[in-house]
Parts: sequence; C-alpha cells; structure tokens
Amino acid sequence: MNNSQPLIKIRNLQFKHGERRIFDGVDIDIPRGKVTAIMGPSGTGKTTLLKLIGGQLRPSKGTIEVDGENVHKLSRKALYKLRMRMGMLFQSGALLTDLTVYDNVAYPLREHTNLPESMIRRLVLMKLEAVGLRGARDFMPSELSGGMARRVALSRAISLDPMMVMYDEPFTGQDPISMGVLAQLVRRLNDAVGLTSILVSHDVEETAGISDLIYVISGGKVIESGSPDALMGSDSPAVKQFMSGLPDGPVGFHYQAPTLSEDLLSMRGAG
Amino acid sequence: MFDLLANFGRVGLGALERLGRGHLLLVQILFGLTSLLPRLKLLAAQIHSIGVRTTTIIVVSGLFVGMVLGLQGYYVLSQFGAEDSLGVMVAASLVRELGPVVTALLFAGRAGSALTAEIGLMKATEQLSGLEMMAVDPIRRILSPRFYAGFLSMPLLAAMFSAIGVIGGYFVSVGLLGVDDGAFWSQMQSKIDWNEDVLNGVIKSFVFGFVCAWIALFQGYDAIPTSAGVSQATTRTVVHSALAVLVLDFVLTALMFGE
Repeated sequence: MNNSQPLIKIRNLQFKHGERRIFDGVDIDIPRGKVTAIMGPSGTGKTTLLKLIGGQLRPSKGTIEVDGENVHKLSRKALYKLRMRMGMLFQSGALLTDLTVYDNVAYPLREHTNLPESMIRRLVLMKLEAVGLRGARDFMPSELSGGMARRVALSRAISLDPMMVMYDEPFTGQDPISMGVLAQLVRRLNDAVGLTSILVSHDVEETAGISDLIYVISGGKVIESGSPDALMGSDSPAVKQFMSGLPDGPVGFHYQAPTLSEDLLSMRGAG
Repeated sequence: MFDLLANFGRVGLGALERLGRGHLLLVQILFGLTSLLPRLKLLAAQIHSIGVRTTTIIVVSGLFVGMVLGLQGYYVLSQFGAEDSLGVMVAASLVRELGPVVTALLFAGRAGSALTAEIGLMKATEQLSGLEMMAVDPIRRILSPRFYAGFLSMPLLAAMFSAIGVIGGYFVSVGLLGVDDGAFWSQMQSKIDWNEDVLNGVIKSFVFGFVCAWIALFQGYDAIPTSAGVSQATTRTVVHSALAVLVLDFVLTALMFGE
C-alpha cells in the first residue's frame, strides 16, 4: 500500500438512525502517521463515525476504506482480521470487569497469539509501563479512577501493535491532570510507535493542542477541515462558535420547539 | 379505531422481529460450539458459575418439596390403606414433574436473571463492543459458553433435586409417619421405570435448560443498554422462562405420557 495514500478514506457517507439523519454525504481522509481529530458538538455522530469505521455499524450509503479495504464489503473473518490491526479506546474504557488490569491487557494477546506466558508477561508490562500503570497491574477495574481506567484501556488497545488507534472522547470527565497526561500519551504513542490516531472529541483546547488535522462536523456534514491554527482563524460562523465555545450561533442553544408562550399556555402533557 | 389497529400491528411486528432476532442469535450461539471445544476451560468456569452456585437453592428446595410430598401423599394414600406406595408417589412426582419443572423455575430465578443482568451490563458498559473491536466475537466467547453451561447444568441440578427430594420424602414417611422402610424402597424400585419415568424427566430438563439459557442470554444481549433497560430485561427473563417452562412441560408431558 502506498504510504502517501490516506489510511482511511470516507466517501459520501450517509447514515440514518431510525428517521434521524446523522451523516449526509461526509468525505474524510485520515492521513497515515498523524493525529486527526474529528470534532463537533454533542450528538453530531462522532462516536457513530468510529463505529462505522470499525464495521460495527453499516452506512446507508457511501464507502469507508481502511488501508485499501472496503470495511463493509469484507467477510466476517476478514473484518475480524482487519480489526486486529485497529485499536479502539472507548469512552468508558470498556475494560472487562471480572479481569485484573494485567489480564485485561493480556486478553488480546492470549486470544490472538500463541505466545508463551513469559513473553506475554513482558509485553503486558511494557504496554503498562508506556501508560505509567505497571504498578497497578493487580488492580481490578473497579479499583481504578476514570483516568487510570482509560490509560489501561489504551495499553490494551495497543497491545497487538495496531496500525491505528481510535479514541472516543478520551478527555470527557477527566480532571486537568489526567486530561494533560492522556493528551500527551496520545501524541507520544502516535509518534513513538508510528501509529495513525483518530481522535473524536469536543474538548477544543486539548484536542487542538495535539492534533495535526481537524475535521469539524455539524448537521451531518463536514463544515471545515484543516490544521488547528487554520481552524482557530476560520471565518465560518459555525466553526468560530464551536472553537470559541459560544452558547448561541448557527448551532442553536435551544432544541427545536414551539414558542415558550405557546408551550406554557397549552395543556398538552399536563398531569 | 385505526390508531388502535395500528398500535396492535406495531406491537405484533415488534414481537415478531424480536422472535426473529432471538432465533438468529440462537443459531450463532449454537455454532459457537466449534470454538468452544478447544477451550473447555471456559465451559468449566461457566458450569461452576451457573451450575455449582445454584446447588444450594436446589438442595434446600428439593429437601422441602420431598418432605411436603411425603406429608401430603400420606394424607391421601392412608385413606385407602396404601401408605406403602408413598415411596412410589414421591419418586414418580419428583422424577417425572417436580424435579425438572421446579429446578427450571429456580434456575430461571437464580441463574437466568444473573445471566441477563451480566450480559446486559456488559452491553451497557461497552464491554461487548470492546470485545468486537478486539476482534473477539462476544457471541462465541461470552454467550456460547454460558448457553452450553446452562444446558448441561439443568439435568444435573434436576437429578440432584429429585434425589434430595426422595430423601426428604423418606425422612417424613419413614421417620415421622411410620411407613415401612422396606416397602418404601422396594415399591419405588419395582414401580419406577428407567425409560418411562427417569429418562423422560431427563429429556424434559435438557429442554428446559436449552430454553431457559437461550431466553436469559437473548434478553441480556437484546437489552436496552441503560439501568432501566437491564432491569426490565431481567424481569422478562424470569417471566418468559417460567411461562415457557410451564407450557413446554404440558406439551412434553402430553407427548411422553399421553395415550
């Protein structure tokens, strides 16, 4: 595969959830070896996009190619093979709650390789060292803080040395220290291991600080893309509103509703 | 009027759709046997969690059900001077009906609800999605071992229930009510038929194990991933399992023992 080609190519992506249209013709290129952020207000389908890339959801139209393979045309076996080369960090961490930290990180290695236990131990300790949690290997997931759980999940996501890692809202609900640690980890891992990182987030400052390229999604479409600096200086009102965190603008503060006086005077829904 | 019809149709379609999803899941779970065979440790762990941990409630219930059968049976049989047949009555009731049925009902309450809650919470906390993204099929790795463990545990638990029940019946009949010891056992030995009574009971409990494990896993896997969704799914598991066991018991009894 040509290295100048993007790792992920999304073309004319359309996706509906029931009657609600989430994506309406989205085109995205994720370049290799870079940190690419997908940003946008809550409810724009950022997590859905990761699930579409991972083949957990099917688009209603359009294609998603990962490393030259059309994800939704693959057989089940080929899809699982491709997923072995993808890592994903879920918002909740998604650690297996009945296994220790060590066993969680060892899980993909035990499932997909025939490595002897001594080798698995070395690999797990190295991955845990990379996220600074080698000392927490005997803890159960319930004994970890939110930030620690995400770091363990990150070391599990990279345990099979994937070509890419998808991060689903890694900074949500984190204290400033954990947020900074996680942001630096994402960047460092990307550069040290030569990963391609896709970061879904609405935390502007942290994300802009570590990304090479940002796509802003709103209303089912990509409204702007470019380097963090370019986006900070964008003239588009929607991008300005999002990047500066303004309460009202093209993305309305109020969800669609009748006027307040109409609602107050109507008896609908009254007990 | 039309609204009512439309609602009725919507509910019907929804139920059919769920039934279809349930059957598709069952096929996938059954095929999971191929990847389960090389990993029998997973099966053993689940038999421990689903079967062994249910034994206490089965043993205690079996004992008391057997004792009650002894008391009630004595009341009826003694009116005809047939107390010596008490052993047959207790054993036949247990191996044909109460063993498989009560075990299945207790299993649905103890193990079935736990299975649904476990799978539902795994879904709500994205553990199942996490496995998928680690290229591990959650149906094969998580659901299949639990299904086969339930299927295999049920007949063993039912056998235990019946055996303990007979002992309970013996304590009450011989120990408390003075029924002849020899008559209790010898009548039971001569009248209880291996194929007709015991094997039919075993077949029933295999069927109940299959259905209870399937319902519990499907409800968990199909649960709405919220706390209210998991709680509703757990309730549905107990209700649907109990109804399925009682209806199937009637059908199987009619097929096995009907003239």
